[in-house]
This record gives sequence, structure tokens and C-alpha cells, in this order.
Amino acid sequence: MSSDAPSPDDPKRTAEFEARIARGDVIEPKDWMPERYRRQLIRMMSQHAHSEIVGMLPEGNWITRAPSLRRKMSLLAKVQDEAGHGLYIYCGTETLGVDRHELLADFLNGKAKYSSIFNYPTLTWADVGVIGWFVDGAAIVNQTMLAKASYGPYARAMVRICREENFHKRQGYESVATLARGTPGQRAMVQDAVNRWWWPSLMMFGPNDKDSPNSAELIRWGVKKKSNDELRQRFVNLTVPQAQAVNLTLPDPDLRYNEATGNWDFGQIDWDEFWAVVKGDGPCNRERMAARRKAHEEGAWVRAAAAAFAAKKRAAAAGAAA
Amino acid sequence: MTATRSDDAVPGDSQWPLWEVFIQPEPGAPHEHCGSLHAVDAEQALLNARDVYARRNEGVNLWVVPSQWITGSTPEDVGPFFDPANDKAYRHPQFYKTPRGVKVF
Ligand SMILES: [Fe+2]
Ligand SMILES: [Fe+2]
Repeated sequence: MSSDAPSPDDPKRTAEFEARIARGDVIEPKDWMPERYRRQLIRMMSQHAHSEIVGMLPEGNWITRAPSLRRKMSLLAKVQDEAGHGLYIYCGTETLGVDRHELLADFLNGKAKYSSIFNYPTLTWADVGVIGWFVDGAAIVNQTMLAKASYGPYARAMVRICREENFHKRQGYESVATLARGTPGQRAMVQDAVNRWWWPSLMMFGPNDKDSPNSAELIRWGVKKKSNDELRQRFVNLTVPQAQAVNLTLPDPDLRYNEATGNWDFGQIDWDEFWAVVKGDGPCNRERMAARRKAHEEGAWVRAAAAAFAAKKRAAAAGAAA
Repeated sequence: MTATRSDDAVPGDSQWPLWEVFIQPEPGAPHEHCGSLHAVDAEQALLNARDVYARRNEGVNLWVVPSQWITGSTPEDVGPFFDPANDKAYRHPQFYKTPRGVKVF
């Protein structure tokens, strides 16, 4: 990836670019853009792509132990979708002039970040349902906004992804609802999963607005249309009635409806935990990175074999033509 | 098309050439660009395109084209490039008058 040195962007062109953003223009790959816009997009989009790929691991953990064939088929299809999401976004990022192999190298070398939520373990089957409900639910809130991002390839990837995410959330919520009306043991298991995933899900939206300079800059560039806190509030407002509908309790004694604002007020997020996980000290950071490196390294022979086979076919075709 | 890049994570690893994917959403519709992918050759590009971009019957036909073979116009020249179309109102039906009294044309 390019260095972080400030680049001498032409002030006149930058002003024209900002006017385009203000008009609501969609920026396309070959359009002129400030170096800072390009770099922020590469950072954000590649983190997003890495998150989709790492996001396959916590749920992938349960594919072989899904309690029925129906649940196993859904989970397989969902995890496969997440691989697709990673690919859409990597390809979108490549339109900014980076190669996927550079992005992957940065990720596998630990230089790039991914969403902190995937550093938590999936301890029981109920976690899979709760992830679909909370984590994909939060992703929908975020990605619905990003479908209007100022960068065309990113926005188009988000439109495609949003269409698929609804299935992810629905299958998760259905599984949660089933457990919630099941045996006392099943109820306890799903309540425990809710208790563990609620706060990390709220952290998915990132730091509070006052502590998020990146977010403010992305809003200025029209990449994001809403702030972290606005998105988080929207997610809480959507999720509380869904929890009530299946008689599950969200683990926050401060959660209450605010008549004046029409929002569900919620308690203080543990930002120390958030930063610890971001910096690499979550319950599963090392395990996730090790799993990705292993998959990449153990897949090397497949990539080499495919390249060799294609070369052989090309040679045979050239021989036949001669 | 044979250009392979060494991968920093795995020495000698290849990332394969880039292909653009076009999908025909339904019979009779034109093909639309839907994204890109890496593949070793056209056959693998088609299979990957099916798995990445058509998991839910999004289309009835796929095209894959090596990205390097696509030539696009330059956004910077959008003015001069499309200029010939700007002052030719006579190419549109609204330019012409129909005699009064002709209700349906
Ligand atoms: Fe996803
Ligand atoms: Fe998802």
C-alpha cells in the first residue's frame, strides 16, 4: 500500500471534488480524487473485506455440529455468503489502485484491522443464532447506510450485500426464537448468548462520535452518511422490541424508553474492553489470525496447481494451433 | 495474461489475473457489469463468477472479460468527448412540430 506521507493535492481540484461530494455525485474509479480520500477508502474497505472473511470463523466453528440438516444448510449458505461479501469488497478496493495480494499480505502480517466482534468465541449453538440476529443485524444498519456511499464500487457492493444480509438476520432470529420457546435449558443457553454478545455488538459501530476522527472525516467525504452513535442508537431501537417479542432480556439495567426522544436510552459501553480487543487482546484474536494464516498457507498448493493446469491447457491450445 | 505476482505472505504465490464479470439478469436483457474477480483462466473465471455473483439466480448468462482488455473513456474528458451530442437538438422528436389538430401521432 502507498505510504502515509501527505500528498500535494491540487487545492483547486480538491475544491471541485468537494463540490461534487456536496452535490451528491457518485465518484467512480477513474475520477480524480484527493489522495486522502483514496487512502481512507482503501483503509475502510479493506478492513471491511477482512471482517467478512474473519467473520466466517466463529460461525464456521458450528457447521459440523448444527442441530439439524435445515440449520446446517442455512449456516453453510450464510458462511459462504460472507466469503462472497469479502470478495465483492476486495474487488471494489482494487479499483482504487491496490492489488488484493497486498491487502491480504497486510492482513496476514497483522498490519490491517478487522471488526473486533469476531474476536469473541462461539461457546454454544445459541451463539450462532444470536450472531445472525445481533451481528448481522448491526451489519445491516451499517451497510444500508454505506449503500449510499460516495464511492460507486463500494456503494454497489453494499447494495448486493444488503440483499443477502436479510437472510442472515432472519435465520439467526428464527433460531433464537426457537430456543427461547424451548426447554428451560435451551432458554438459559440463548439468554446466556444474548448476555455475552449484546455489548460487543454495540461496540461494532465504533467509538463515540467525539472519539472518532476517522468517522468524522468519512462523513465529510460522503462515505458515511451517519455517525457511529446515530447508527448504534438505530440498532438499539430496532433490537429492543425484537428481544421483547421472544422474551429475552438485554443485559443493560439502564435500558429504558425515552418518551422525549423516542429512543431507547442505554448504559455505558466498556471502551477499555473495546480498545483491548482492537489492539489484539480479545479472547480470540490470536486464534483468528492463526486460522487465517493456516488457511492461506495450506491453500498455496491449490493456487499453484490451478496456475499450472491453466498453463498446461494454454500450452496444449498453442500446440494444437501451431 | 500470464502475469503473476509474488505474494508477500507466501513466497512465489500467485494472485491470478483480474476479470470483469457481466451478468444478464433475465432473458432478453442486456448484460450488466456486476463486479470483478481473480481467476487463472476463462473457465475458472466463469465458475468463480457463478459462485461469487450468481448464488441466487441473479442471472441467466455470464460474461467474463480480462480486465486489461477493457478500454474506457476518460472521465476528465467527459465534456469534449461527448461534445458532439450537445448541440444536436434535431436528433430528438421534440425538435419537430406536428400540425395543430393531430392529436395522436
Ligand atoms: Fe457479510
Ligand atoms: Fe452476514
